[in-house]
Amino acid sequence: MPPRSGGPEELRISGDDDVVRVRQLVRTYAQQTKLSLVDQTKLVTAASELARNTLIYGGGGFARVEEISDGRRSGVRASFHDEGPGIPDLTLALADGWSSGSGLGLGLSGARRLVDEFDLDTEVGRGTVVTVVKWKR
Amino acid sequence: MERVPILKIGGVLLVSIQIDLHDQSVLALQEDLAEKISATGAHGVVIDISAVEIVDSFIGRMFATIASISRLFDADTVVVGMRPAVAITLVELGLTLGGVRTALDLERGMKILGQLGRQRRGVLPHSGELERDF
Repeated sequence: MPPRSGGPEELRISGDDDVVRVRQLVRTYAQQTKLSLVDQTKLVTAASELARNTLIYGGGGFARVEEISDGRRSGVRASFHDEGPGIPDLTLALADGWSSGSGLGLGLSGARRLVDEFDLDTEVGRGTVVTVVKWKR
Repeated sequence: MERVPILKIGGVLLVSIQIDLHDQSVLALQEDLAEKISATGAHGVVIDISAVEIVDSFIGRMFATIASISRLFDADTVVVGMRPAVAITLVELGLTLGGVRTALDLERGMKILGQLGRQRRGVLPHSGELERDF
C-alpha cells in the first residue's frame, strides 16, 4: 500500500445532501493534491455518480477519501461502500447505456472513463465497493 | 432543500444556477419551470450554468428534460456559460446533451432565443420549425 500523506476521511451516504457533501469533500482533496482543474472536475463528477449509486442502488453506505502517493506522484483515492444487493452481472453493469434503475446507464461506465484507476468489488447479497484513483499529472 | 429562482425578462425565463445542486433541487426546478412556462407563456428558457462546477449524468439529464418540457409549451431552451472543464468532463462521461441548445454566454443565448422568437412570429408556416430537432 502506498504511504498516506493526507489522512483519510469518511462520510456517510444516506441522503441527497450527502451526495453533495461527498462532491465537496472530494473537491477539497483534489485541490489539496493540486490536481488540474479538469482533473478535479472529472474526479468530482465520477464521485458524484458513484455516491448516487451507493445511495440509490446500495441503499446507502459511506465514502472514504484520502490523498495517496506511490513515491513518484500523488493522487486522490475515493471509495464507495455499501451493503446493498451487489451487482449480479458486472459486464452488463459496466456497459454504456445499461441501467437497472431510472438512470441513464452512464454512472459506472462513465465514472470509469473519468478516472485513472477503477476497481469494483461486489458480491451478490453482500454489497459493493467501488474504488477510484486520480493521479496528479 | 434550496430552490433555484426563476426570473422573467420579457418572454424569456432566466434560471441562473448558483448553488451546489441536490438531486431534489434538480427535480424541483423541472417542476417549477414547467409551472412558470405554462403560467407566463414564455417563449424561451435560458439556463445559466457559469457558476456550476460539475455536471454529472443526473444534472445533464435535467437539461434534456427541461428542453423537452419547454418544447411541449412551444418554448425553446438554451444552456449557457458551460465551463471548459465541465464540457471536457461531459464528453468523456459520454453525455452528449443531444437536443439541448447551448451558447457560450448569456448574451448569445438571449440572441438565439430572440431569433427563434422572431422566426416564430414571422413567416408562417415555417417549414424548418418542425425539423428543428435535427
